[in-house]
Amino acid sequence: MSVLARDLSWGVGQKTIVTGISLSVKEGETLGLIGPNGSGKSSLLRLIAGLRRPRSGTVEINGRDISGVSRRSLAREVAFVQQSASTETSVSVRDVVKLGRTPHRSALAGWSREDEDAVRGALERVDMAGHSSQAWQTLSGGERQRVHIARALAQTPNVMFLDEPTNHLDIHHQIEILRMVRDLDLTSIVALHDLNLAAMFCDRIMVMQGGTAVACGTPEEVLTAPLLRRVFRVDAEISCEASCGRPHIRFAL
Amino acid sequence: MTVHSGDAWERPGRLAAVLVLVLVVLAFVVALATAIGDFHIDLGTVVLAVTNRLGLTSANVNALQESVVWDLRLSRALVAALAGAGLALCGAILQALLRNPLAEPFVLGVSAGASTGAVCVIVLGIGAGGLSLSMGAFAGAFAAFGLVAALSNGATSGPNHTILAGVATAQLFNALTSYIVTTSGNAQQARDVMFWLLGSFGGVRWPDFYLLLGVVLAGLLVCLMMARALDAFTFGDEDAASLGVPVGRIRLILFAVTALVTATIVSMVGAIGFVGLVVPHAARYVVGPMHLRLLPACAAVGAVFMVLADIASRVVAEQQTVPIGVVTALVGVPFFALILYRSRPQS
Repeated sequence: MSVLARDLSWGVGQKTIVTGISLSVKEGETLGLIGPNGSGKSSLLRLIAGLRRPRSGTVEINGRDISGVSRRSLAREVAFVQQSASTETSVSVRDVVKLGRTPHRSALAGWSREDEDAVRGALERVDMAGHSSQAWQTLSGGERQRVHIARALAQTPNVMFLDEPTNHLDIHHQIEILRMVRDLDLTSIVALHDLNLAAMFCDRIMVMQGGTAVACGTPEEVLTAPLLRRVFRVDAEISCEASCGRPHIRFAL
Repeated sequence: MTVHSGDAWERPGRLAAVLVLVLVVLAFVVALATAIGDFHIDLGTVVLAVTNRLGLTSANVNALQESVVWDLRLSRALVAALAGAGLALCGAILQALLRNPLAEPFVLGVSAGASTGAVCVIVLGIGAGGLSLSMGAFAGAFAAFGLVAALSNGATSGPNHTILAGVATAQLFNALTSYIVTTSGNAQQARDVMFWLLGSFGGVRWPDFYLLLGVVLAGLLVCLMMARALDAFTFGDEDAASLGVPVGRIRLILFAVTALVTATIVSMVGAIGFVGLVVPHAARYVVGPMHLRLLPACAAVGAVFMVLADIASRVVAEQQTVPIGVVTALVGVPFFALILYRSRPQS
């Protein structure tokens, strides 16, 4: 198992936000997290990525309990892409991607061949190599998200967590980003809002509600009309065309 | 502009060349500051006087001139350079940590606290004899920093929260200062306080220089060790954490360094505004936003700027020294306006 979480719980003050969640993701697998607003998707991702300390439960990544691993050595294996992170500083695309090398470089070390290859490779992977000297501020939303993913790739991780990476993007860019994530040779967990996109691009889907996991399985197993009514309070028709093997959801008025 | 690629800079040869250039420029402005004054001394004499004192030459220099150069002006010029470097460095650090272009050393309430401490010594005579004005200012500065830290949970509750805590603390200490001056001070004391608040390099001597040299150099070294981590703050605290930066520890250390450097400078030469705000912006405009280049650049630009400002403060008004804070603002604001204008978003 590449990512293994056992009985994770977390909250703020009296309020519990994530309750007793366990999950496992195989190497190279893409797990989608779906659920209504406030169901705890983002919090769960941050717990698994080691950005927050759980009240109880453990997370293992590549067989190591992350509570005993330094932040720096964790960041060499695990990358995290936030939803629409921005900055006021005038940085270039290349500068941003170079930040991905932070966990691999000591305080005053020079720029190595390996660093250069990682940055160049990441820029090419997201098709932004031609924009490397462009200013971050002048990028469109889709380009920014691609640069964030390039920065995550420059960390040369084997596990990647993405928190709603397609927010505020048009449908073309949503599909483009998710196709890229799926085709990467990485274990990934992606929090998503769009159920059809989750069905199209995830190997398995976990459904969250009120901080707990209510279902987990392949898109076909999980995305059923009764579940959508119960969790999302919508009526939907699910069709599954033989050609793609993925369920398609049509919402009824 | 070469903002986009910092790789070339990271070659040691280039770095050394730039360092040498900076030191030459700095030495020149310091020599200029030492030569210019009511009692004019030409540059050649300045150099000889300095080399004499360093034991490198034994040229024939007028003893009075040599004394003015060495005992009065050189220490003053060097303290000005260090103060400029330190304030600019602190400004760059705070702008990065708080992710706010308006952040500057005094946002932590340090100068307000220092002035309250100074006023307690000048007006109320607290610790008269044992406690000097600088010690009072230093204690006040750290009291204010402590209050800001307490109000913002050790600066963990977000940049805006920290800035608000700083603003509130500054208001509190400024009110205390005004209260003490209006209720207990006489006109002369009020003038003294006023002058001190606007900053002055008058009266600094060699011991001040050595103290400041130690503090600023140590601060610069610590900050350089953390320059890469500071870069990681570009997209916020959580993003830095996901890049493997121990956010809480780095922030605490850097705030403490900033408070220490600022408090030392303020207690020595008063609250000199604007340098910490403007210089990082100017330096960023030239060398880009990455801190391994930006921090030394800030220190260099800040040092040169402050020495030039000190020269200006002594020559603009005849037989008088204009408070240095007035000069830094009068020169800095138009310059800042120019940067703002040139870097405005092209929409």
